[in-house]
Amino acid sequence: MICAIASGKGGTGKTTVAVNLALSINGPVQLLDCDVEEPNCHLFLKIPTPKKKTASLPVPVVNREKCVNCGQCSRACRFHAIACLATGVLVYEELCHGCGGCVKSCPNNAMEEVPRSIGDVETGIKGHFTFTQGRLRIGQAFSSPLVRAVKQGTAFDGTTIIDCAPGTACPVVAALRGVDRVVLVTEPTPFGLHDFKLAVETVRHLKLPFGAVINRADAGDSRVCDYCQKENIPILMEIPDNRRVAEAYSNGQPAIEAVPELREKFSELGRRILEDSSFSKDGAA
Amino acid sequence: MKIAISASGADLNSQVDPRFGRAARFILFDTEKQTFSVVDNTKNLNAAQGAGIQSAENVSRSGAKVVITGHCGPKAFRALQAANVQVVVGASGAVSDAIEQFRSGKLKTAESADVEGHWS
Repeated sequence: MICAIASGKGGTGKTTVAVNLALSINGPVQLLDCDVEEPNCHLFLKIPTPKKKTASLPVPVVNREKCVNCGQCSRACRFHAIACLATGVLVYEELCHGCGGCVKSCPNNAMEEVPRSIGDVETGIKGHFTFTQGRLRIGQAFSSPLVRAVKQGTAFDGTTIIDCAPGTACPVVAALRGVDRVVLVTEPTPFGLHDFKLAVETVRHLKLPFGAVINRADAGDSRVCDYCQKENIPILMEIPDNRRVAEAYSNGQPAIEAVPELREKFSELGRRILEDSSFSKDGAA
Repeated sequence: MKIAISASGADLNSQVDPRFGRAARFILFDTEKQTFSVVDNTKNLNAAQGAGIQSAENVSRSGAKVVITGHCGPKAFRALQAANVQVVVGASGAVSDAIEQFRSGKLKTAESADVEGHWS
């Protein structure tokens, strides 16, 4: 069972939910931090990640002896990463998405792909808990291939929890593809509701069963709850606004350790994500 | 020698477009024959990314040896340099005036990009 923790808005508590949920599940569990631009689950787990693997993207190199400068590769590249100049072909690696379209379009087989490393996949194991995170190299713009590399480890006999990046863009979609369930974390504020709606739209489009967790549930107004009710979105858990949770967070301590009453709430959430009936399947195939 | 001037219009009286990558057109001026032609660049005007690169490709393929424009970003500059095209920045006003300013040495040849990418 693979469950992704996502949100529209940043700072709603994805990592808090992902970490505490993973720690509350009995039996083998793996947590994948797919927020590769700023992975932060490790701050709360303190599990060393000695196993490192480099993730790379295939980028083209031009064989100048075979290239006739026909311009097919440049026209094939929708990201404009290739300039076909009077003096020859110039590749902008930093713009290349690694799709391989240029290689296929070349009539003279003058292009081949070489791996360009974009980040690292780091893994550590502690007891029945496996932790994997992606760490994007500084200066790299493409995180989706690294997200996919982190997820390559999801063939796991147990429960997999994925911490996604905020928002609804490509890296989030890359993290959500192929999961069994999605937990959308939001907060009862106007921004929380606005971005929650975008996230709901995204998971519906991907046809994934999903439910909501409302963090700092008693701090705002009822509009998120009203919206969930109207849209038949199950509220899987509400986390009350509690200063001790924030203090624990700032000290890198999981909330369930600092606030014992949350332990049962997260265990309950763990049980609910294993039950099919807890999730909204209005968008599911 | 052919000179490409980034322009908002289609003749020598039109204004120099200060942006190289997202200029609507390039006026291709032949200094020997004193004639010009127009290179359309509108497809790069609204490109999400890589407008400068594709504009540089456009200019290089036109046979121009010099580009006169307002500003040139880093990716476009790299392509123009690789294509052995001289980059002249700081031009403004009518295209014909820019050509005159270039001939009289009033415009400077850029040694590097003079603006960041996506500056406007």
